[in-house]
Amino acid sequence: MISLAGRDILQSWGKFVFTGFGLGLLIGVTLTMAGVYRGMVDDARVLLDNSAADLWVVQKDTLGPYAESSSVYDDLWRSIVAMPGVARAANVTYLTMQVRQGNRDVRAMVTGIVGGTANSPGWPPQLVAGRQITRGHYEAVADVAAGFELGDHIQIRRNHFTVVGLTRRMVSSSGDPMIFIPLKDAQEAQFLKDNDAILAQRRRSSENPAFNRPGVPGLLDAVLDSQTSNNYVNAILVQLKPGYLAQEVATPIERWKRLEVYDRVAMEEILVGKLIATSSRQIGMFLVILAVVSAAIVAFIIYTLTMDKIREIAVLKLIGTRNRTIAGMILQQALALGLIGFVVGKIAATFAAPVFPKYVLLIPFDSIAGFFAVMLICVLASIVAIRMALKVDPAEAIGG
Amino acid sequence: MSDKGIRIEGLKKRYGEGDTAVEALKHVDMQVAPGEVVGLIGPSGSGKSTLLKGLGAVIDPTAGRMVLGDDVIYDNGWKVHDLRALRRDKIGFVFQAPYLIPFLDVTDNIALLPMLAGVPNAKARAMALELLIALDVQHRAGAMPSQLSGGEQQRVAIARGLVNRPPVILADEPTAPLDSERAMAVIRILNEMADRFETAIIVVTHDEKIIPTFKRIYHIRDGVTHEEKGEGRAFA
Repeated sequence: MISLAGRDILQSWGKFVFTGFGLGLLIGVTLTMAGVYRGMVDDARVLLDNSAADLWVVQKDTLGPYAESSSVYDDLWRSIVAMPGVARAANVTYLTMQVRQGNRDVRAMVTGIVGGTANSPGWPPQLVAGRQITRGHYEAVADVAAGFELGDHIQIRRNHFTVVGLTRRMVSSSGDPMIFIPLKDAQEAQFLKDNDAILAQRRRSSENPAFNRPGVPGLLDAVLDSQTSNNYVNAILVQLKPGYLAQEVATPIERWKRLEVYDRVAMEEILVGKLIATSSRQIGMFLVILAVVSAAIVAFIIYTLTMDKIREIAVLKLIGTRNRTIAGMILQQALALGLIGFVVGKIAATFAAPVFPKYVLLIPFDSIAGFFAVMLICVLASIVAIRMALKVDPAEAIGG
Repeated sequence: MSDKGIRIEGLKKRYGEGDTAVEALKHVDMQVAPGEVVGLIGPSGSGKSTLLKGLGAVIDPTAGRMVLGDDVIYDNGWKVHDLRALRRDKIGFVFQAPYLIPFLDVTDNIALLPMLAGVPNAKARAMALELLIALDVQHRAGAMPSQLSGGEQQRVAIARGLVNRPPVILADEPTAPLDSERAMAVIRILNEMADRFETAIIVVTHDEKIIPTFKRIYHIRDGVTHEEKGEGRAFA
């Protein structure tokens, strides 16, 4: 038996390809949306991977440092590194802000790291150009996505930094490129006020009678000193010694230091399950809408194509064609349309993904799931046309 | 006259019920022998199309009896179970417009019917080619319907009606879109095919040019058929 659907498609291949191309662009948008979600999840995982930490020690009762604000004293790391099972501990600060370069600015996550080696917690694990930070101040390593080049001078708050190294895939959970600077500079950028604000604060404090008690002459100076010092970091990243479990190290820190400690699993749950949960639901809604729109378009196209063949279908039924042969013809055409659309969509998404400003991750699972979803949508969309075709009276082929 | 071919006795068809009922066919008697071509003529609204649909097994008569070859198709409310297979195997159709399937070439338009009946593709195409040769359109075997002239399309449609060697062919205004010369050619072909394949052919027509060619004619008026002798003129 010849394939009626195949012959019809060959006869009017231009119409099918053109329609499939349009549908394909819609499918491409759907695949890209899925890729945007995967990219967000991957960004979150990459952030955790690249921090080279087994534990994140943060302020008590917070989900810091990525999902919530967290401040801990910057000398706590000394007591933590002395605890059983801790191999290395390092302070780190994170601050998402606009980083200026000349007349342009880039949104980036400025990360303060302490001096050490390339595998120290918080450090960028590998560079694609230049070197790591070696000085205590005013050097920066930037992700290539920020658009900076080696030797560029960038401005963070009131200080200027020289880009000495470039790294890749070092992004925040929001997809913003990371810029690494020395911890002291990062603390200043995050916690220190500008000069005018400091002057205003000093004036307010010196006029406060509580700080000018006659019996305590050094109080005002001590208060002013504390107000301009910046001895906070957002988190302490901890690497474990081999053979220690995360929980057996985390529990004593939480108990004795009154801090919150998250292991890798818990931190991933915070990032993926909480921080980007709303965004993922948003994307999920878009995917549902796009699926419904795709189904409606396929249904309309198949319905129209079937309407164009009503007379032929009546003739086919009159000469004894089985209903399942006619239904199969319509179903095969819907599936062919879906196949063309999926191939076009997959190609479109593959070429479009690198153009997006944020990371779009197209994974094979999504493509396979997308393919079967498109096929299912095509099957469902063809039902209306099949029902209509099966209702065609063969008598319509006979005049009168 | 032979008992084979098609025989209709007292066929009736009523649409609707009660006061709104319309009796489209009141009493139809017909008999067409194998190899015979008869004309069925009548004014608009006389019941021609209803009769054709009844003969084509696409509507169920209200009463009467229809016998096709040796098979009883209808008998006062009883009918053959699989009308679709009956239409495929026992009845050939030729329409006013050829209604060829536009996405199948000439050969496959004809071969589709035997393929639907389960005949292997190669054999079905051989059957189609045999008919194309008989109808002198074998040179168009690979063409698409849109590439054929009106006369060629109608000959292909006749070939499609004949390919399963049905005992009866129903031709609904087969010459309507054709000029005189081509109309006469189609009627000649139908007569040749009827003779060659022992097929009973009923030609529904308004075409004054071809009516004189029939040896027997059934007039239908107000749902009742009347048989009369035709002129049986030779084809021009």
